Amino acid sequence: MEKTQSMSFVKEVSQVPGGEGVNLCMQCGTCTASCPSAKIWEYTPSEVIALVRADMRDVVLSSSSMWCCLSCYSCTVRCPRDVQPTSLFHALESLAVKHGYKPQNTSMPVMYNSFVKSIKKNGRVSEFQMMMGYYLSTNPFSALGMISVAWNLLSHGRLPLSARKIKGKKDLDLILKKLDDVRGDQ
Amino acid sequence: MKSYTYYPGCSSEATAVGLGISSRSVAEALGMELKELEGWNCCGSTPYGSLDELEAIVVAARNLALAEKTGLDLVTPCSSCFVTLNKARVHMMDKPQLKAKVNEALAAAGLEYKGTVKVRLLIEALMNDVTVKEIASKVKKPLKGLKVAPYPGCQEVRPRFGFDHPENPIALDSIVEAVGAEAVSYPSKSKCCGGSAVIAEEGLCLELMYKLFDDAAKNGAECMVTPCPLCQMNLDAYQAKINSKYNTNFNLPVLFVTQLIGVALGLKQDKLGLKKNIVNPNKVLAKYL
Repeated sequence: MEKTQSMSFVKEVSQVPGGEGVNLCMQCGTCTASCPSAKIWEYTPSEVIALVRADMRDVVLSSSSMWCCLSCYSCTVRCPRDVQPTSLFHALESLAVKHGYKPQNTSMPVMYNSFVKSIKKNGRVSEFQMMMGYYLSTNPFSALGMISVAWNLLSHGRLPLSARKIKGKKDLDLILKKLDDVRGDQ
Repeated sequence: MKSYTYYPGCSSEATAVGLGISSRSVAEALGMELKELEGWNCCGSTPYGSLDELEAIVVAARNLALAEKTGLDLVTPCSSCFVTLNKARVHMMDKPQLKAKVNEALAAAGLEYKGTVKVRLLIEALMNDVTVKEIASKVKKPLKGLKVAPYPGCQEVRPRFGFDHPENPIALDSIVEAVGAEAVSYPSKSKCCGGSAVIAEEGLCLELMYKLFDDAAKNGAECMVTPCPLCQMNLDAYQAKINSKYNTNFNLPVLFVTQLIGVALGLKQDKLGLKKNIVNPNKVLAKYL
């Protein structure tokens, strides 16, 4: 894992789109109190922000915490300091991915990966491919528990098994390839 | 007739096909011309941004740049696409360097994003351009007596682009009432259903949804109504699973708000995709169909 960083962690976070508000936090705990998934976070939302501010890079980026964010934005509307915690947690997720961290206690990143893979293949999401990819890379047997839900969707014409590619797939590929060239250090 | 660039989003052609079908039918019936964005791609969704924020913005920007060429407002029926596209738009507006980098990438396909396109949620355009009054005036079958729990979902109301009160949303209530139904009030109306976490964190999400159903049912709701494709799929496709986990008998059809409007406008069932709903809505809608 990349450890030699010239920049402090908190500065790095503040430079990712969405992470700009990290220094505004006053640790009131409103985000944690408002979070519908706080009970499954390894560190609560406000703790995560405190850890970032304390420059505890490894602890934060290897944690499963931010991956539990449901993007409900309750913290964001209630935060009295306009930290925009929802965006901040997504910024932390993308930093963890960029630096190769793989959290142990949640399969959310695997699900996200499978989602994005399906987009890169077709230019759009195929929920079926996404689910298949997810179960194959986690526990294929847990897919058994999903059969009733998948059947509900399938039998109502809501789960196309083959994915239609978008018309502009070639253009999208060119754009993403070019992005890799110009990306720099973001 | 006002024209819009229409961005369906992936789910309105798959897991939320009822949203796609009913959005087009209702827009047509209410005089909105929707011109589908040629060659659109995924909006750059939340999972994408979580893995690679910059790439997600570029993916969104391709849609924005294509839409900009039409000179029309972009409308999408999907609450999540609405937020993601707007988020990318605002990031590029706030950070000229980021926008320049995105444009370097877009140039590979001969595109440029200037920053002029407006991204709107279909239901917001229905409320503000068509107006609730106009919708009410076109109702052919008032849904008198139908008790509906409005469930806006998070993305319509809370991110900074939301158009309703973030904690006490009322926009859907006004539509429900405009079509003659009764909007049931219930305390958890603005709470999250779990969203896309339902696959990786099912236990948590079933609990969140159970509370919503329990609350809506206790307050007399006969059905729920939402604009959000993900909320609808969760509440519809997982309802049986919730019943078996919590030993309950919820049988609440979860309609897209455009389906509810469509029924009141007297549109035919197949124009509203009602057969795509898993918890069958025919019983509660029988009087009006």
